This record gives sequence, structure tokens and C-alpha cells, in this order.
Amino acid sequence: MNINMTKRKASVLISAFLWGGGQFFIGKQRVKGLLLFCIEIILLSIEGFSGYWLDYFAGNIRNFRIGIYGGFFTRGIWGLTTLGDKAGARYGDHSTMLMIEGIISVMVLALFLLIYIWNLRDAYFTGKEIDTKGVYTTSKEYLKHTLSKSFPYIILTPVIILVAFMVLMPILFSFLTAFTNYNKNHLPPASLIDWVGFSNFVKLFKVPIWSGTFFSVLLWTVIWSLLTTFTTYFFGMFQAVLLNSKHVKAKSLYRSIMILPWAIPQMISLLVFKNLLNGQFGPLGQFLIDIGVTNKRIPFLTDPFLAKVTVVLVNLWMGFPMFMIMIQGILSNIDKSLYEAAQIDGGGDLQVFKKITLPLVFQATGPLLVMNLAGNFNGFGSIYFLTEGGPVNPNYQLAGDTDILISWIYKLTLNNQIYDMAAVMCIILFLLVGSVSFWNFKRSSAFKEV
Amino acid sequence: MKSKKKSPTRILKAVLVNAELIITSLIVLIPVIWIVMSSFHKGTGLTGSSLIPKHLTLQNYVRLFQETDYMIWFRNSLSIAVLNAVVSVILILITAWVVSRFQFKGRKSGLMAMLILSMFPSFLSMTAIYTLFITFGLNKSPLSLVLVYSAGAIPYNVWLVKGYLDGVPTSLDEAAYIDGSSKINTFLKIIIPMAKPIIVYCAVAQFMAPWMDYILPNLLFTGTNTKTIAVGLYAMITGNENSYFTTFAAGAVLIAIPITILYLLFQKYLVEGIAAGANKG
Repeated sequence: MNINMTKRKASVLISAFLWGGGQFFIGKQRVKGLLLFCIEIILLSIEGFSGYWLDYFAGNIRNFRIGIYGGFFTRGIWGLTTLGDKAGARYGDHSTMLMIEGIISVMVLALFLLIYIWNLRDAYFTGKEIDTKGVYTTSKEYLKHTLSKSFPYIILTPVIILVAFMVLMPILFSFLTAFTNYNKNHLPPASLIDWVGFSNFVKLFKVPIWSGTFFSVLLWTVIWSLLTTFTTYFFGMFQAVLLNSKHVKAKSLYRSIMILPWAIPQMISLLVFKNLLNGQFGPLGQFLIDIGVTNKRIPFLTDPFLAKVTVVLVNLWMGFPMFMIMIQGILSNIDKSLYEAAQIDGGGDLQVFKKITLPLVFQATGPLLVMNLAGNFNGFGSIYFLTEGGPVNPNYQLAGDTDILISWIYKLTLNNQIYDMAAVMCIILFLLVGSVSFWNFKRSSAFKEV
Repeated sequence: MKSKKKSPTRILKAVLVNAELIITSLIVLIPVIWIVMSSFHKGTGLTGSSLIPKHLTLQNYVRLFQETDYMIWFRNSLSIAVLNAVVSVILILITAWVVSRFQFKGRKSGLMAMLILSMFPSFLSMTAIYTLFITFGLNKSPLSLVLVYSAGAIPYNVWLVKGYLDGVPTSLDEAAYIDGSSKINTFLKIIIPMAKPIIVYCAVAQFMAPWMDYILPNLLFTGTNTKTIAVGLYAMITGNENSYFTTFAAGAVLIAIPITILYLLFQKYLVEGIAAGANKG
């Protein structure tokens, strides 16, 4: 019994240093053991040959610095932790590059770590099987079994790599940026970036100009997303109900006209409206003067309050058709006998609508409404292409009166290069929108079926 | 007992309903008519543009092709859109098929991770993508945008298509396996035909999306030959309302017409796809 105990222990112990060693020597699974060992060799070669370790061990390098002579992984981790230590545009360290390389090397290392842990677990179970059953599974049997089981992993590998590089890595990067001082005063390659902990978060809530702007913009963002969602939803519903009315003859004609704003590319519509409502030369302003409504140009997009009204109305123009189509579809699916029964019971039009139509429509469009709310919260285009967030508010930190969080973040990043504060806001935005969407999703049927 | 006699309230209702529909239709149509008419308007600027111009001309369209790089922008956008539709659909469909039909370790946590990733607005990570593109020299050809677009489309759409495939009974693919069909073969012969509506939705949505994306191409590509339609049109009109407005109108109309028609043609699929996305199956 004592000897048997050592089988699994020994197996794990060997595999801890020589990957697959336990499987190879104790479990007699030659191929699997060799495969795992190859992975260890690959890991070591990446590190060994991408740096100057060989020269270092040969004693050829006197002033050894990991940042220069280290391999892929050690240099990556060094870069990520220090973000470089030598300033200077030509020969200095490039902090953002170091950060990206660092994230990539940590991601690759994490993958190897997973394989390593799996290797230990497998060594343990291989030993245990011999301990308890005394049977040796040959690696041929094992591989045959595994190959069909690993089909999902093999086929998903390209997708995982693509998502890791193009989605996950950038998100990690912007997440980490929130904890650095990456802004126009610290722009690589000329200068270095440093880790600053939570001081950007403190700044956002403690420095008046930042917190003042943040809460004002956040408030407007919430108002904006509620207003846009509810105006488009209820106006869309209203149109759908009218189109469904028995008094309307040319249903399909009206429908084909009203569907247009949904089909026309949004950016085109927005740029058209921007010109239509132009405060200096816009034809709408001219028209209102011509018919005598007003005697001077109306600042549709440049007056703080009027601009807010304008963006909501233009958004209504673009947004109501989608809900109209959706709700029309639902209305046409409602059982006609429900209405007939209600009419026999003496229900008026309004009552029937309130008691029968509305609950059914709400039930069917609830999730869509929440998704739309989250979408409008990040409705960058509707704001940026119309007003660019303007008019500029002098009391705000680089924001205008119509700016919502996402357009403010965009301006902080692109126009002002305040990447660190923008990243802090990204995280907050992500938490806000993410929790609402997640709550919405958790209630859906798809969640339970995972 | 034919009481077809119209009561006054009935007539009033009919008048009000139709009046509202006519007014709304007009509000919808006027900006559209205005921009179409402006594209035929004689003159270059925003001033003097009207719903019914006195003189019509094709000059703006000629100018669009002679003085601007409209054709280059169009070619760039079109090739991005086509490639993006193809690549995205292949990646989304394969991934959704695997997560829907196979049980494997990490499946659930992978799906959850994708769900969380899909909630992060993609363009917020633009600084990292910018650095990444420069590091790997991807900022030479606008086609490399497809990498970002298709990867960005995976998390949300995999959930969408997975939900769809979950709703398709597995009996057909099981029968195929019993008949000795391979996994890939079953995918091609059975899954793809069954998933046609959702494939059409993904393809159309992924084809449409790049046309009007302004942020990423504007940030990543600064050369004249790498501009896309959205970037080109935006640059043309911003600050140049009086010298390029009618040319912009011509460019906007030219690009809006095919996209609008596509949208209307695929309306049914798009509506279903949006509804499915909100309900996630």
C-alpha cells in the first residue's frame, strides 16, 4: 500500500519538473508524456531564444538588464510591472508598447500555466489509476479517446486567438490604463508612463472640475438614454397602432415611407440634419424666417437647451421606425378573438387598448427596450455627428452641453490625449451598461439553458 | 341591418388618424427630399439650397468623381464590407455550432466571458488597437479593419446564433452521425441549411456595419488611399458647408440608395435578428 501511494506522488513530482514525465515513466504513456514534454520545451525555447539568456550564462553580458536581454516572458513581465525605466525618444523604453507586449506575454504564459496544471492533474490521476486498479492505459487508447473529445478546442483555436488579440487584449489595455498616468504630459516614446494606483479614480471624484463635469455629463447621459428610448418606443407604438387602424386605406404606402429613416444609414441622416439645422446657413432656419415665425436664426445646435431638444428629436426621427415595425408585427399576431370578446363585453377602444394590447406589447418588447436603453446610453453617433457634444460648456472639463459619457471619453482620448481619465470613465461606463444588460439577460430564457 | 352610415365621430376619427399619418410621413420625407434635391442643386453651398431648386444639374455628381477620391473610398468600404461579411459569418457560425452542439470543459465559462466582453463598447479600446496596428504594421491596408470588426462581432453574434441553433432539434444531426457522416460534413450539409435565416441576418448586418463606421478608420488610416466612405464624407462636409455641400449631398445620396434598398430587401431578416438578439433565443 505504501509503495502504491508513492506512484501518484512520484508521478506528480516528476511531472512538476519534466512535463509529462510522470505519464512517461510511471504511467508508461510514452506519446502523451513526450507531447507534454515538447510543450515544456517550446515554452523554454520561446523564453530562451527570444532573449540573450545563452550569452548571459556564457558570461558574455556584463550589465545584465531584463528589459534588454530577457526573453519574451521575463521581458514582458518586466515591462508590464515597470512600464520601462529609461526615458528618451530614441533609445528609451516605450511604455505603451511594453504594456501591450506585457499583456500578450502574460496571456500566453497563462495558457502555458493552464497546460502545466492540467499536466499535474493528469499525472496524479494516471498514478492513481495504477495505484487503485493496477491498469495501465496506453497512450494510444488515451489519444484516440482525447482526439474526439478535443475537437471543439481544435476548431475554436483560431477564433480564441482572434478574440484574445483583438477584443480581450485591447480591453485589458484600456482597463490597465486607468491605473497609469498615460496622458499628454506623459506621452511615449518621449517620456515614460508610471503606475499610479487608484489616484485617477480619486481625482475623478475629488477634484471639483472632474467630478462636477462627470456627474453633470452622467446625469445628462441617463436623461438622454431614457428620453430617447421612451420617445422612440412610444411614438413607434403610436404609429403602429394608427397604421393598424381600420380607418387607414393606404397602409403599405405609409409604412414604406415611415420605414425610410431606419433603412437610411444613420451617419448620413445625422450629417444631413446637421446641415439642415445649421445655425448660420441652414435652410430650416431660413424657412422659419421667411414665413415670419421668427426674425432671427434659431440656434438649433448651439444653444445649450435647444441643442438637447434637437438631438432628442433627431434621434426620434431616426429611431421610431424600428419600434414601429416591431410593434406592428406583434399587433398583427394578437389573436383577433380577444378583441371581439372585449367588444362584446362593451369595452371601448381605449379600454381594449389599455387592457389587451398594451400588456401584450410590453411583454413582447421588454428585453428589446432594455437593449435599446443600453444602446442609447452609448449612442455616440447621434451626439457626435450632430453637435460634436457642443456647445462647449466653460464650466465643464473639456465637455459640451450635449456630451454624453461616451462622446466625452472620445474627445478626451482623441482631441486631448487624456487617456488615463478616459480609461477610468470606460470602466465606470462598462460597469453601468454591463450590469443593466446582464440583469436583462439573466431574466431571459437563454441564460438558464447555458 | 346595414349600419354603414358613417357617424360623425367615425369620420372625425378617420380624418384625425389620416392627418397624423400624412404629417408624420411629410416630416420623414422632407429631409430625404431635401438632400436628394440638393444633390442636383446648382451651386456648391448650403445657402440657397431649397426643397425645389430652380435649376437642376448633374454637375455635383461629376464633381464628386473628378475632384474627390469617392471611387477609392467606395472601393475601400465595399471590399471591407464584403470581406467582413464573409469572415464574420464563417467564424460566428462555426463557433456557435461548436458551443451549441458539443459539451466540453470551459464551455460555460467561455460563453460567460464572451457575454461580458460583448458588453464592453468596442471603440473604447481604440488606443490599444491603434498601438497594436502600428506595432504589427497593420495600418497599411484598410482591409485589416476586418480583423477588428469580425473579432468584435463574435461575442454578441455567437450568443445570437447559438440561441438559434439550440432551438433547432438535434435529431437530424444525430441521424447523420449514425449514418456515418463526419462532423464537418454534418455541419455543411445539415446545420448550414437549417440556420439560413440567421446566417442571412449576420451576413447583412456585418456587411452593413463597416459602411458607416467612422471612428476606427479615421483613427487608424491617415493616407488618402486608405480612406473609407464614412471618413471621406465626414471630412468633405465638416467646415466646408459652403464649398462642398452639394457635392456631399451627391455622395451621400449615391451611398444611401444601395444601402437603403438592401435594408428594405432584407427587412424581414433584420427584424427577426434584432428581436432574437434582444431575447437571445
